[in-house]
Amino acid sequence: MARMNMVQALNSAMDVMLGRDPRVVILGEDVGFFGGVFRVTDGLQRKYGEHRVLDTPIAEGGIIAAAIGMGVNGLKPVAEIQFADYIYPGFDQVVSELARIRYRSAGDFHVPVTIRTPCGGGIRGGQTHSQSPEAIFAHVCGIKVVMPSNPYDAKGLLISAIEDEDPVVFFEPKRIYNGPFDGDPHKPAVPWSSHARGEVPDGHYSVPIGRAEVVREGADLTIITYGTMVHVAEAAVRTTGTDAEIIDVRTMSPLDTETLCNSVCKTGRCVVVHEATRFGGYGAELVATVQEHCFWNLEAPVKRVAGWDTPYPHAFEWEYFPGQARIAAALEEVMEDR
Amino acid sequence: MTPRSRLHVPAPPARPGQEPDFSYLQLSPAGAVYRPDVTAAARDIENLSLELVRVLDDDHRAVGPWNPHLEASELQVALRHMLLTRLFDDRMQRIQRQGRISFYIKSTGEEAVAVAAGMALQPGDMLFPSYRQQGLQVVRGRNLVDLMCQCLSNTHDMCKGRQMPIMYHFGEGNIFSISGNLATQFPQAVGWAMAAAIKGEDHIAAGWIGEGSSAEADFHYAMTFAAVYQAPVILNLVNNQWAISTFQGFAGGEQRTFAQRGPGYGIPGIRVDGNDFLAVYAVTQWAAQRARQSGGPTLIEHVTYRAAAHSTSDDPGRYRPKEEWRAWPLGDPITRLKDHLITLGEWSEERHAQLHKELEAHVTACWKEAESYGTLTHGPFLDPLTMFEDVFRDMPANLQHEREEMRALLETQRGAAAAEAAHEARATHEAQATHEAQGTPPRAHEG
Repeated sequence: MARMNMVQALNSAMDVMLGRDPRVVILGEDVGFFGGVFRVTDGLQRKYGEHRVLDTPIAEGGIIAAAIGMGVNGLKPVAEIQFADYIYPGFDQVVSELARIRYRSAGDFHVPVTIRTPCGGGIRGGQTHSQSPEAIFAHVCGIKVVMPSNPYDAKGLLISAIEDEDPVVFFEPKRIYNGPFDGDPHKPAVPWSSHARGEVPDGHYSVPIGRAEVVREGADLTIITYGTMVHVAEAAVRTTGTDAEIIDVRTMSPLDTETLCNSVCKTGRCVVVHEATRFGGYGAELVATVQEHCFWNLEAPVKRVAGWDTPYPHAFEWEYFPGQARIAAALEEVMEDR
Repeated sequence: MTPRSRLHVPAPPARPGQEPDFSYLQLSPAGAVYRPDVTAAARDIENLSLELVRVLDDDHRAVGPWNPHLEASELQVALRHMLLTRLFDDRMQRIQRQGRISFYIKSTGEEAVAVAAGMALQPGDMLFPSYRQQGLQVVRGRNLVDLMCQCLSNTHDMCKGRQMPIMYHFGEGNIFSISGNLATQFPQAVGWAMAAAIKGEDHIAAGWIGEGSSAEADFHYAMTFAAVYQAPVILNLVNNQWAISTFQGFAGGEQRTFAQRGPGYGIPGIRVDGNDFLAVYAVTQWAAQRARQSGGPTLIEHVTYRAAAHSTSDDPGRYRPKEEWRAWPLGDPITRLKDHLITLGEWSEERHAQLHKELEAHVTACWKEAESYGTLTHGPFLDPLTMFEDVFRDMPANLQHEREEMRALLETQRGAAAAEAAHEARATHEAQATHEAQGTPPRAHEG
């Protein structure tokens, strides 16, 4: 067992898969010689050669289209889109092509492509380097959508994504690449080496896609969240002393409804937390699912904590970010009538 | 007057009621364009993007360095493929007009573009067509019944009722699934070709795009990726002059030829007479050989004319002269190959009429068979529950639940329909018994 941060864990997942499966190739902007702007593919081109780890032109639509063509020809491409904010030029290739090729050809063709892309804010990235567009992709049938919250899951889920015969969009919350972040930017950074989930096996293992995880057991209420916000929610629970059950969704699509709803039916109260904007956000799907399955067990309205419905403002990052204070207020509100 | 900026809004040379005018077309005489070695540097052969490669001359002879010197038997096969494609198109158009399929797209006048390219490539080469290259399916041996069943969305539909007509795919025949949104297949073809090179195989890919949709970013992605990696791919741009109602000037064709975009990316661009089977064959062969020996991609502009409407939902009489096709200076690809074969002494009008008759009968027989697997209005019908399959390899829980919800709904509806039918049958039976007892004939059942 080694200590890894999320960048190293993701690198290790691709290293393992490049070594095990000659069909795996990596492509993206700056991923080859340089090893990626976040260093996630560092050293892989040196180890596996420039035919397996390809630098590409700056053309997200071209990267995704090329990955689709490679997938049709029997490879298992892992495409990096440098920032999730840059993915939109390739959106048609994802929605109309990648997601539907198996369906429209009745299984004659399929495209086992993984798209990795860093998402989320808290890095002074402004409105073009901070977005969390997972809801936009979760709405598309035919792709799986994943977002890990720690190095162990990151590696295990990325291996599952690469091994999957269907396309996966794999969001990496970049604020927690180097350490869990509790939402307080003024505190010194905490490294992953201090966290249990910073322990990552060197070799091959997988974390199944489509399974949420209870990261903290509790009796009073359920917090459903994912990505960076898992750690912010944990901190808010610690600070407020609430006995909350915290669920890390990990896979937006397909959703592990059972784990979520078992918990909410048990606690009777629920807060949904994500960094993405609120209106039409993924939280709306979570709330609707909880309502459909747990209505008769609910003691209070389900509450959402999310990014404000504005673009991510550069100068007001911490006013925008749904931090501990907003989560704490929501916890208090759903517990109010108790 | 102070000078001010003005937009240039392209206009076609002729609108309905006006004389067709193709004086804008730059033509080269047959045999006049030189054929460089396949290893020539892209920058040394840029003039191929300005001239027009033609092999068949006005006397129906094959002339010049691009003559592929095919056997007469191969030319007869080509003629058969092109004629079959046209007769299939004509039949499907009529069937759509009868309301028996919802939609159709003909390739009339463009048969050589698909058939010649298809024949010049190897069976292992992967094809990424747009929606007007049904000739590729014919060349690769796809049974017309399969294509018809797809258009019918019936129980033998290769797409299981999920795609509108003509969006075929042919895994076994190495023809990719047709999408319906434009241009996406072009950069995918490049990706496929890159994978072939990564795997060390000598198969190549070929993609097709219209001149209209070459305005999409996907064209630029394809050209850039193909040039950067020197991918073994043939990028075919079919300039059929019309993108629904907008003429080729709206895609940028007024300023430069489409083939000239190739040299701009460092890719050879070849402009070819798309209605000349031999020329398309020869140019495809050249590009394929170049790609197979690491010479990289080629952009081929097929200069042709969309003789039919864009689709069965279109009425070209609203935006172009009715007789424009008759004035098209590059003629009809089928007539030209037929005349060439006759000139060679390898064909005759009688044999042509005979072939026409034989293929018509074949199309009729295929349609008869296809209809027996169901139509839009008459069963057998596909099971609607299959709509939940193939979204993913393994059906996730949410889709399983939705499928069960729909199954229950269908069963309720079927149960209600069966009960109603039984009720009606009983009522009819009782009425009949009453009338028989009274000695009067029963009234015809209404509704």
